[in-house]
Amino acid sequence: VPRASVWCLRAALIHLGVGFSIGGVMLAAPLLHLSPGVLRLRPLHAEMLLIGWSMQLVFGTAYWILPRFRTGAHRGHQSSAMIAVLLLNAGVLVAGGGQVIDRPDMALVGRGAETLAALIFAAHLWLRVNNVTGRAELRSP
Amino acid sequence: LGYLAASLGIGVLQLTSSTLRPILWVTYVHLLVIGWLTQLIFGVAFWMFPRHSRESPHGKVRLGWACYGLLNAGLLLRTLGDPARAAGWHSEPLLGAAALLQATAGWGFIILMWPRIRER
Repeated sequence: VPRASVWCLRAALIHLGVGFSIGGVMLAAPLLHLSPGVLRLRPLHAEMLLIGWSMQLVFGTAYWILPRFRTGAHRGHQSSAMIAVLLLNAGVLVAGGGQVIDRPDMALVGRGAETLAALIFAAHLWLRVNNVTGRAELRSP
Repeated sequence: LGYLAASLGIGVLQLTSSTLRPILWVTYVHLLVIGWLTQLIFGVAFWMFPRHSRESPHGKVRLGWACYGLLNAGLLLRTLGDPARAAGWHSEPLLGAAALLQATAGWGFIILMWPRIRER
């Protein structure tokens, strides 16, 4: 597995664990006599599981498994994928955290970072799925 | 796939009545996102991620089965507990158990997959 995918997939697993744990705390809050304030964590729970876990796992797997170039760096510039991973994770935390503490400006910045990460990933992977150019070929991972 | 069909069915059902919608919304979302999407990811990752070792390609298979059982038990308890709570019944122990089962399944999956994601 290439380094960028390792970062992506392991970060996705961490989001899964933390996101499930936040969900568990919210679900068990009445039983544990916790303050109803814990329900304010719901946007962070959703952000971590939908973007941090599901989407990031797809990104990590796609970077690893999509067709590779015949020449040069087989998966393109790894640095742009790394930047996208960092932006995505920062975006999830800032967007989710911003909604929890009721700071729409933070949430906006976080969502912007997530969008930028998605655009970088899309640009990075575009040529690898565009087999018509003949620059990419299908190879098993 | 069963959860996908069930969630989409509940999605249709909740649209038929404004009374049912707030009761079934959370169930609909969790059946779709946890029951279908997350479980599909778990299954495909367990199958196709790099092998753990030559002797044990999928790692701790028993832990995989435990995650499967815990996740589904937790989700089913939640599917019963959420509408019950919305109807005003005392379902806190049911939902507390569901929370524990699902969180344990999530961390179990992390323990299972972490060693299989390594640089090559």
